[in-house]
Amino acid sequence: MSWEHFAHEADIGVRGRGATLAGAFEEAAIALTAVVTDPRRVAPTLRVDVRCAAPNVEILFVDWLNALIYEMATRRMLFGRFAVTIDANALRAEAWGEPLDRIRHEPAVEVKGATYTALAVGKAADGAWEAQCVVDV
Amino acid sequence: MDPGRLIRVAECEWQMPQVGAMRVPGVIFADEALIRGMDEKVPLQIGNVATLPGIVKASFAMPDAHWGYGFPIGGVAAFDADAGGIVSAGGVGFDISCGVRTLLTGLTVKDIEAVKFELADVLFARIPAGLGSTGALRLDASRMDAMLASGARWAVAQGYGLAEDLARVEEHGAMAGADPAQVSDMAKRRQRDEMGTLGSGNHYLEVQRVVEIFDRATADAFGLAVDDVVVSIHCGSRGLGHQIGTEYLREMAIGAQGAGIALPDRELACAPIRSPVGKRYLGAMRAAINCALANRQILTHLTRQAFRAVLPRAHLSLLYDVSHNTCKVETHVVDGSPRELYVHRKGATRALPPGHADLPLAFHATGQPVLIGGSMGTGSYILTGTARSAKLAFASACHGAGRSMSRHEATRRWGGRRVVDDLAGRGILIRSPSLRGVAEEAPGAYKDVAAVVDAADRAGLARKVARLVPIVCVKG
Repeated sequence: MSWEHFAHEADIGVRGRGATLAGAFEEAAIALTAVVTDPRRVAPTLRVDVRCAAPNVEILFVDWLNALIYEMATRRMLFGRFAVTIDANALRAEAWGEPLDRIRHEPAVEVKGATYTALAVGKAADGAWEAQCVVDV
Repeated sequence: MDPGRLIRVAECEWQMPQVGAMRVPGVIFADEALIRGMDEKVPLQIGNVATLPGIVKASFAMPDAHWGYGFPIGGVAAFDADAGGIVSAGGVGFDISCGVRTLLTGLTVKDIEAVKFELADVLFARIPAGLGSTGALRLDASRMDAMLASGARWAVAQGYGLAEDLARVEEHGAMAGADPAQVSDMAKRRQRDEMGTLGSGNHYLEVQRVVEIFDRATADAFGLAVDDVVVSIHCGSRGLGHQIGTEYLREMAIGAQGAGIALPDRELACAPIRSPVGKRYLGAMRAAINCALANRQILTHLTRQAFRAVLPRAHLSLLYDVSHNTCKVETHVVDGSPRELYVHRKGATRALPPGHADLPLAFHATGQPVLIGGSMGTGSYILTGTARSAKLAFASACHGAGRSMSRHEATRRWGGRRVVDDLAGRGILIRSPSLRGVAEEAPGAYKDVAAVVDAADRAGLARKVARLVPIVCVKG
């Protein structure tokens, strides 16, 4: 289970890896938070439920990140812990986080949306699941 | 990019031959050094745009072109509805109508030197900037719809700014054809607390000094002289535009195949202009343009209040307001005949020529002011539209410097405090809620805006008028 950012000339890519598809989605969500702040600074004190459904798993991944971006924007929250289940291109998740604190979290930049650029979801050569795309900041 | 794969047709104009599924050639306006510095993704994306149905003349890229989403940033493409043309949510992007407005102040650098620290602090206190900031204005459903229908005109009617401002805004302050009913409740909800906010990332409010004049007659007409102080505001349609982009991109990406459109890249998500989804998107996208115009109008009002508190004799008047990420219906002459086209500008500025009917009287002789943002350290430029620009790329020019490295690389190289201190040593005051945000926007992370502007000038896309450097920068 791990996450990382990858370079895009104007913006930033998020990538999650996990033993399962859901695990990769969870890790990518941490990478999304890391665009804004250090995820370790986000206390998991409040729970928000997220639901998405899509025609395929790649669009489901973009929908998942966009659902989190929407919750972050409208609730003015950051999330640091995620529990995802995926069944037949339908996703149910719990996102745990806390209200944004501009002093403690030092938010670097707002994420506008997840894009279809460099979008890929699948199994890597080592058997781990990977999910990635570029996000617009 | 290797220039060897392009045909050089003029000093700063290169053609990409039409190959494969391309319906038109590609054209890049840049000098050789800029071409060599462009990512290989740029020609790929120019070629992809050229495959879209109904594209007219060419798939264009401005001198600041870089790797974008579907379209390159700095991409311009026009589509004809009569020829099955499309409108693309990807071609407009997430930050709909992100743009720049510049205000004259009637002050010179001498007037503000003694109070610039106070001015920086007052601007930073009054302009909501950065993630988590909220505007003082909260709109209920009917006022939200009124704002989306009439943009800066609505803002002025609410007391944000002056009636005389409106002539100096594209579309005279209100984008026609906006349909608030096509904007989702989620998009409106996302905007609820964000009216009159700057945002983050590359958005800013700068107090700037005019340091160089290239075209005295036009500068006089624009009201610009060396050592004048101006204010430039760079921001867009905030959460509302982002959500509209997100929703229509998805709908168009999924629906393209059913509409008979083969997308070489899902991010080029588009629909026929005359399809139901195409029409709904145009209504929503125009509402987002109005949101951006209203937002910049409210920020103008807040800026005037800040100046009044520190420099009561300042009179802030609008030079002009331009938008970068739009699709607009315009008439252009193609092969000798006027045609109504849907012109997409993704990270590109409209540059109307002298005498154009959409220009206010003040700019009939000069052409449209083209406002180009640079970085915190290098400065910005004001150019003007020319008769030649109308013939090259549907009256379009570049929009900024463009990044030269990723945000991650920038934070690896520079610390935010160091960037702030270095710029302070050069007389540039940075005010930002986020030091990491400042590091990500370090001047060294951007290309040389001077090279981009010189290429635009030499290509004939627009003519240089003035160069500005920052004195104060409020960074989101």
